[in-house]
Amino acid sequence: MKRTITITINGEARNVDVSPSDVLLSVLRDRLGVTSPKEGCGRGDCGSCTILLDGKIVRSCLILAIEADGHDIVTIDGLGKDGATKLQKALIANNAFQCGFCASGIILAATALLEKNPSPSEEEVKEALSGNLCRCTGYQPIIDTILEVSRS
Amino acid sequence: MSDLKYVGTSTVRVDGAPKVMGAATYVDDMDFGGNLIYAQVVESPHAHALIKGIDTSEAEAVPGVIRVVTGEEFPFTFGLYMQDRYVFARDRVRFVGEQVAAVLSRDPRIAMAAAKLVKVDYEVLPNVLDLGDALKNDAVLVHENLADYEHVPWFFPRVNTNIAHWRKTRKGDIKKGFAEADVIIEDTYEVPRYAHCPIEVHAIVGLYDHSGRLTLWSGSQSPFTQRNVIAEALKPLGLSHHQVRVITPFVGGGFGGKAGVSMEIIAAAVAMVVRGNPVKVLWSRAQEFYNTYQRQGVLARVKLGAKKDGTITAIEHDLHWDAGAYVEYGANVVNAVGLSATGAYRVPNVKIDSLCVYTNLPPGGPYRGFGYSEFHFGLESHMTRMAKQLGMDPIEFRRKNAIRGGDTLCYGAEMNENGLLEAIDKVSDAIEWGTKEESADENKVIGKGFSCFWKAPAMPPNASSAAFLKFNEDGSINITVSGMELGQGYLTVMAQVVAEVLTVPPNKIRVETPDTDRNPYEWQTVASHVTWSCGNAVKKAAVEAKEKMIDVVHRARGFDKDDLYLDDEKVKSKSDASFELPFSEFVINGIMTEDGTFRGGPIVSSGMFMPEFASALSDPETSQGGHPNVHYTVGAAGVIVEIDKDTGKMHIKRAVLAVDAGKALNPSLVNGQIVGGMLQGIATVLYEEIKFDKNGKLVNCNFTDYKLPTSLDVPDEVIPIIIEVEQPDGPFGARGIAEHTMIPAAGMIANAVEDALGIRLKTLPITAEKVALALNGINYEDVRGDFMGLCFMGDREKYDFDAVRQT
Repeated sequence: MKRTITITINGEARNVDVSPSDVLLSVLRDRLGVTSPKEGCGRGDCGSCTILLDGKIVRSCLILAIEADGHDIVTIDGLGKDGATKLQKALIANNAFQCGFCASGIILAATALLEKNPSPSEEEVKEALSGNLCRCTGYQPIIDTILEVSRS
Repeated sequence: MSDLKYVGTSTVRVDGAPKVMGAATYVDDMDFGGNLIYAQVVESPHAHALIKGIDTSEAEAVPGVIRVVTGEEFPFTFGLYMQDRYVFARDRVRFVGEQVAAVLSRDPRIAMAAAKLVKVDYEVLPNVLDLGDALKNDAVLVHENLADYEHVPWFFPRVNTNIAHWRKTRKGDIKKGFAEADVIIEDTYEVPRYAHCPIEVHAIVGLYDHSGRLTLWSGSQSPFTQRNVIAEALKPLGLSHHQVRVITPFVGGGFGGKAGVSMEIIAAAVAMVVRGNPVKVLWSRAQEFYNTYQRQGVLARVKLGAKKDGTITAIEHDLHWDAGAYVEYGANVVNAVGLSATGAYRVPNVKIDSLCVYTNLPPGGPYRGFGYSEFHFGLESHMTRMAKQLGMDPIEFRRKNAIRGGDTLCYGAEMNENGLLEAIDKVSDAIEWGTKEESADENKVIGKGFSCFWKAPAMPPNASSAAFLKFNEDGSINITVSGMELGQGYLTVMAQVVAEVLTVPPNKIRVETPDTDRNPYEWQTVASHVTWSCGNAVKKAAVEAKEKMIDVVHRARGFDKDDLYLDDEKVKSKSDASFELPFSEFVINGIMTEDGTFRGGPIVSSGMFMPEFASALSDPETSQGGHPNVHYTVGAAGVIVEIDKDTGKMHIKRAVLAVDAGKALNPSLVNGQIVGGMLQGIATVLYEEIKFDKNGKLVNCNFTDYKLPTSLDVPDEVIPIIIEVEQPDGPFGARGIAEHTMIPAAGMIANAVEDALGIRLKTLPITAEKVALALNGINYEDVRGDFMGLCFMGDREKYDFDAVRQT
């Protein structure tokens, strides 16, 4: 029942044989070696597995790999391929993260927000991050940094 | 101290780029190849039962199953402070979810399916799910062989009861103290269990190779303690410490839950029987809730006496802890509180009884705050209530009784100098205490709440740290230490300490996560002690390196040692301004002298630190005579809360916390702890509510039903305040602050709710639902149905704290 699918990951087309029940997150992590999307809950609650699928934020633990066939995926590795983005530089400079486990998901969610809405209000930033849990930072340093970047 | 260049600055984190760029590696990110075996645990469905037999045949017949392991193969106990835990349950299970067996397969889905086919024959026993049942005279015993367990000398188990440890502290004359009081208030507070909820679940891979070495890749706060506990437990299999290696990549949050050894023993033990194959144990989010550690529940009776002028005369604090099925770590939480449950106040007459009680619930253990958050809820609620009854301002009452440097602590040692009064005043100003605020919405009311806090590192008296340092050819430095970067910024401040001594900027200092084969010893990354303890070790290593560098230049170039100093990555001379020797010119290859020979060589150094003044030996009846705590970190916090009178929903308008860091080595990182810790504390009060069913099964073990705050739940404003009253034995005067930032949350919010609504809530959490019910005169406990999560299921007012004294 295995089927070969093609996913473009950070600009590179990759083929992989998957079963119909294979979850995209586990195919990315265990089969393709793309480990920056993390598994924190496996049921869409925490947002650590967030990726960009055709530019939209998606929880990769909630979709099947075959649904990504022919689509374009960006992970945080792709975001910083040519060096840190403005947002990433500011997050580093502000010591915005602590344990870092949620960082990949949050940064992708924030990047998608800023693409769509370059000058978000604080409420809009909070809304955009509300699907991503962080247990360390209290969110505020991350929210402040996103606002700082959007205003600069 | 004023000319510090790197210490005291908000240096960028050394782990910032790896984490923000997605490069940081956590255990489950590591690739172990096609030989990897997954171990799927078979769990107990019962809170208390005898195991009559285990039939593994059906599971083992499944294609792809390598084998099934059970407790029969591992007749070992283990534990940090008391050896009461088992690799797998052997004769009996003691909580729902306890590991009974494991199915091994190279395909995790096969392992999971086959685990359901393992047939365990149980004889269900009566269980003890709350303190009332656990402390009855004829209570069912969770551990019948308590007398046989090895434990540290400062624990006092009561054989033939469920009391694993009883810490008693007595100071002054308690009867006289209450006789002198004009007002006495006594009440009972209840704090249920909580889950740590790091976003990274527990993960470990163990490999016992054909040369006889056991390597563990573990997401741990405690690589060396893990090595020690595991090596000791598995000693009968022929292991010794030097054959066990623990490698810890980045950890995705710990909060105490990844300290010590919990599920990690499974991977270590199973690896021993499938030699040559790496074995992975990866917890699910549900398992993360019920089979690591939980924060223990506590029922606490506080009796406080004070004179009309506001002087506290006595405190009696009884704390009965629901410590769960195994207390090898949790009993020390109970112990720590038993030594400190006066709070940050000078109290002449003290009686504390802190009891560690076994129940058939998941094992209790360390959680950020180590019991202090729990007892501060009742104590700080009581402080405000007492002030009001005396007709005093609650902050003034605290100020009057605030502990000062030189005061005698309740166990007889002396309190360290501290900035508590400054913290109280600054927080008071920042929440505009004394000014009543009105909500713009007439359906909402605004209340203000206040709390002091304190905490000491709870650790064995000989908990120690060590550091290695080495220079590289270009004058950059590698330091190796074995504290864990949990997100708090430990690696960064260690680099800053070295930078300050050796004048090399932090971005030229590499400091990485530990590997017990290569890095020197560190006890654990807990207790908010590594900045202080390991900081001291690192500083000593840097000073030793500096001495060696000066010695080399002295021998090669003839300068007096006293004439030489380090500046800007060079050795310079006070007497000869033209002389400067960049580190890069000699720290590896030495310095050539006139005859072509060289002096020096690679500069390497080490440092270690142990608090040689600490002692856990004291009179078991009074706790007098020892010096169990090295120092306390103190502070104060306040909150402005807006409450909807219809829904009970609480919104934090402003949260302020001032903590005495001694010296903030990196203010940005201290602020990060304050802002993050405040929200974690607020979450335990407003959102998180653990629920067991009446059979002891945890029912809300996921993030849909166990509510963590999101970005939409942050306070409108958080104001971090850093106080700096130097810790004389700390590196550049620093002491720890990380756990402390969540300790005051419950007391300050309960006080704000009372300020706003006149309602005093005495059970955590203080959810919107509870507030709304209380506003309608309904007691939450009357309507909450079958779900339990409380330490005592009966009427709290009727709980008999004194009954246990007969046993």
